[in-house]
Amino acid sequence: MNQALLVAKNLGRRKLRTGLMLLALLIAFFLYGCLESFDRAFYASQNSAADNRLVSVNKVNFTLPLPISYAAQIGLVPGVSAVSYQSWFGGYYQDPRQFLIMFASDPAGYLAVYPNLQVTPAERTAWLADRTGLLVGRTVATKYHWRVGDHVPISSNIYTRAKGSHAWDFTISGIYSFPTDPAREGQVIMRHDYFDETVTFGRDTINMVMFTTKSAALNEAVIKRIDAQFANSPYETTTDTAAAFNRAFASQLGNIALIIRLVLISAFAAILLIVGNTMVMAVRERTREIGVLKTLGFSGTAIMMQILAESMLLSVTGALLGLAVAGLLISGLKEVIAGFAPGMHLAWQEVVSALGWAVILGLATGGLPAWSGLKLRIATALGRI
Amino acid sequence: MTDCAFQLRHVSKRFTKVKETITIFEGLDLDIPAEDYVAIMGPSGSGKTTLLNVLGGIDQVTDGEVLFNGQRVDTLSESQLARWRANNIGFIFQFYNLMPVLTAAQNVELPLLLTSFNTAERRRRVEIALSLVNLSERSGHYPRELSGGQQQRVAIARAIVSDPQVLLCDEPTGDLDRSSADEVLKILKLLNEEHGKTIIVVTHDPEAAAHAKRVLHLNKGVFVDRTVLT
Repeated sequence: MNQALLVAKNLGRRKLRTGLMLLALLIAFFLYGCLESFDRAFYASQNSAADNRLVSVNKVNFTLPLPISYAAQIGLVPGVSAVSYQSWFGGYYQDPRQFLIMFASDPAGYLAVYPNLQVTPAERTAWLADRTGLLVGRTVATKYHWRVGDHVPISSNIYTRAKGSHAWDFTISGIYSFPTDPAREGQVIMRHDYFDETVTFGRDTINMVMFTTKSAALNEAVIKRIDAQFANSPYETTTDTAAAFNRAFASQLGNIALIIRLVLISAFAAILLIVGNTMVMAVRERTREIGVLKTLGFSGTAIMMQILAESMLLSVTGALLGLAVAGLLISGLKEVIAGFAPGMHLAWQEVVSALGWAVILGLATGGLPAWSGLKLRIATALGRI
Repeated sequence: MTDCAFQLRHVSKRFTKVKETITIFEGLDLDIPAEDYVAIMGPSGSGKTTLLNVLGGIDQVTDGEVLFNGQRVDTLSESQLARWRANNIGFIFQFYNLMPVLTAAQNVELPLLLTSFNTAERRRRVEIALSLVNLSERSGHYPRELSGGQQQRVAIARAIVSDPQVLLCDEPTGDLDRSSADEVLKILKLLNEEHGKTIIVVTHDPEAAAHAKRVLHLNKGVFVDRTVLT
């Protein structure tokens, strides 16, 4: 026998109580694992844009159009190195519930503005050559089991074709990956010329001009120049870095980070009270035994360490179980999650930080009973006064 | 007889409860030689248990000196007292006070966790202690699977496993039937006579006291009679 076994034996003396405490901790750390992973994936996709990539949108609202000619004019601004543009297509595959993050863009410009997009030369050539060609992110291709060369009908919940149809026929030209920004692997890009020729309204307009500057140091001057150039026109622009635009876009969904923090703080506060109170009761029940241990020669510090070890073991075990469940769930629902938090997974950062919180929680819940154990007088514990 | 195990010099113990000071004993003197077997008797509230607490370093004296083998122990800190108890004192309680989650052998092994003995040595000492109290075959049993007498014998094994010089027993037969009590008393006598343990027993039981070499009668904090039985 050793002191570790003594700690384990004490935890196992009331299995139902220990089980319920573990369940409470499991739920808290399951939430922590899921929400923190979501938070990281969600904001990572907002912050992964290159420093020298900028966007111009309609000053009133980014959903309002800009003339397609703006792209060419922006391309002439000194310091701009590559230009592209896009329109939101509002696409879905087979069923409106299977919505796609789909844009119409100019192929050459798009590939120039996103040089980290990885696609084979043959697929690149095929997309540039085929007006109905579609460039599909790896996540989407995996989800719908699409392969290069497949013919897929995609509908729009915004646009109609001249003949009244909502469906467009596409040939998948390439399947791309985007290592520096996995969120983009959840997108689908069609050619803007195909879009422009077939829609019944909104021709010659775009939602956004994306462009790169020769250096991030030029950003401020380029932004001022572009917005000044289109000031007082029917389509005034607002230009910003892509990263800033992404963050502003995400914030329209609400302060996700704050919501996540509030949920986690509530969960952990409840767990702190439940587990802390139960630990206090569990140790109080053993007052006499603690007195006996002290009588046998165990110091107050040794008793305190034993109680803290119990609460830490409980907390860390609950955390590991909760993280394991979170990891399994995230992995199992990877395809469902990919639409709004692509690349979401339980990373080692979450595991390490969760274990850190588990240690803090263990200290917090075990602190009071451990202190009582340290200070408990033997004569009082044995009821001998 | 060799040197004194315990010496109390003008020891006083007072408690203060809600502005009232209660004197348990005042100016008490006592010598307990090594290898002695002393029974302390007296009515409830006479200070027997408090005296045992003071001897075991569980309770501090208000005045006076407590010496063990000529060294003062009443001035030791809590952690020093814990080490001193672990090395020198074995406790036996009326209600056994075994850990319910540990087997008999694990209960007996508890004091050895404070030593530097390796696992094999600890196991050997546990086996010897359990064989001394005739409970070798019950080593894997939990307290709930043992009778009161057997539990008290496990408690005795726990008290002697680290080979302390002194055994302090608080009503060791108070919760036992006659035959179990006799068995426990026989073991205590054996430990005193064969193994040289100094035994101090607080008891109400005249038969338990009869096993001692001498009996001290305490009343209202004063020794009113000192009877030498052997």
